[in-house]
Amino acid sequence: MATRPRPIVDPLSRFYWEAGKEGGLKLLRCQDCGTWLHPPRPVCSHCLSEDVAPEAVAGTGTVYSLTVNHQAWMPGLDLPYVIARVALDGVDGVLLTTNIVGDDALGVAIGDPVRVTFEEQDGIWYPLFERA
Amino acid sequence: MSSKSDPIISGVGQSAVGKFVDRAPLLLTIDAIKDALDNAGLTIADIDGVASWPGRLETALEMGPVGCDEVIDALGLKVTWYNGAIETAAQFGAIAEAVSAIRSGWARHIVVYRTVTQGSARKKPELFPSAKVQGVSGAMAHIIPYYALSAANWVAQYASRHFHEYGTTREQLGQIAINARRNGALNPKAIFREPITLDDYMSARMISSPLCLFDCDTLSDSSTVIIVSAAETGPDLKNVPIRIDAISQALPGRYTWDQPVEPACYPTGRRLWELTDYSVKDVDIGQLYDGFSFLTLQWIEALGFCPVGEGGRYLEGGHRISREGEFPINTNGGQIAAGRTHAFGYVREAVRQLRGQAEETQIDRDMKVAVTGAGGGPLSMAMLLVRD
Repeated sequence: MATRPRPIVDPLSRFYWEAGKEGGLKLLRCQDCGTWLHPPRPVCSHCLSEDVAPEAVAGTGTVYSLTVNHQAWMPGLDLPYVIARVALDGVDGVLLTTNIVGDDALGVAIGDPVRVTFEEQDGIWYPLFERA
Repeated sequence: MSSKSDPIISGVGQSAVGKFVDRAPLLLTIDAIKDALDNAGLTIADIDGVASWPGRLETALEMGPVGCDEVIDALGLKVTWYNGAIETAAQFGAIAEAVSAIRSGWARHIVVYRTVTQGSARKKPELFPSAKVQGVSGAMAHIIPYYALSAANWVAQYASRHFHEYGTTREQLGQIAINARRNGALNPKAIFREPITLDDYMSARMISSPLCLFDCDTLSDSSTVIIVSAAETGPDLKNVPIRIDAISQALPGRYTWDQPVEPACYPTGRRLWELTDYSVKDVDIGQLYDGFSFLTLQWIEALGFCPVGEGGRYLEGGHRISREGEFPINTNGGQIAAGRTHAFGYVREAVRQLRGQAEETQIDRDMKVAVTGAGGGPLSMAMLLVRD
């Protein structure tokens, strides 16, 4: 598979892209009201607190939506592949766009349980999911 | 609310439209401006304002190859107002800016253009040497790295969720493309002029499930121009002025293509009816964004032609949206058949239909009210156009 288009890693998002180094998934959370802030931002959109910090979250969730991509948008793609939005267990108001990977990935359906796995490329740990 | 002082569309124009038009972007733009001036009965000397979305876009020149200043310079215009900007609710942002400028008295006749050269850029990317960017930033940093490289992938996930929640089917969604191709067959400027059947649709190559080839629009080289003018100039024009009765826009929270936020078309659709004396029952015709067919389904729901979730059943069989139906849409073939003129083509077609000047694609009815919607995901503006 082609190299992933690389996100710009800034001081606020670095923890997110490196969390997989320790094998866990972390999201930014408001420490005053508990709102999850993803993609990361430096102020809580619910209570305007600036006391925001990464917290470990369950690496499990369910598939909220998905698409199987068949189109070669760039060279080097292994077609087809699954892009999905995953709702994490215990995390309200956030969906993660990701890839469903593994031998049985193409059979995945909305509502299926999934668990996180990481793929490291050049210092970024991309959170991907496989069927649980 | 509806008022005789509402700014008007005095003229519409368009360049050649094709997958590859061998003409510089600035010249395409000037072709469209000349066509629109002729349509309005105005001359270059009458133009005192210029607007565009997104203006010149250095990081994606094929999306925004011509800046307002280049048009002003090339035509020797002496303007009292201009604006080219991308941070607005959708492509119609340029039209909304022009309406504001007319209302403020900053100009009387504003050329508003949308030029794209995405067709050429696909064939000859070296013609459009866009500025290199460092990596994926903002909300897209959490989408693109998962090889979600096209808006087809983003829209497909809204579609598959709609299918899951409401039982929407490909047979229902397919009516958008079938209708577009049927109308495109009548339009001599359309890129695709062959109708398709439901069988063609169902057996088409999948792009990003559930969206197949026919659910996607086609890239074009084109320029489309809308001239927005002050209401009091109406009596001097060559053609019937079309009043811009209402423009609505919304961004309900985050600018996002994947977070659990209501797609912006829904609040935009509700808002439109708060800004006008008309209601959805008064609408004669619709020109609704079909960069992907599913966006059209969302616009039908968002504007209140059916309840949210009922879009698939509304489209069942395709009659309602057909030329003979209660709500004919995308009568020139939309972007699916006529090419991605990037939202401005809908406005041109709406104006031509309301004036009874749509030639081969004309719906044979007396029509007064047209609705247009542009954008998808977080991008969203709607416009109600009226022939008084």
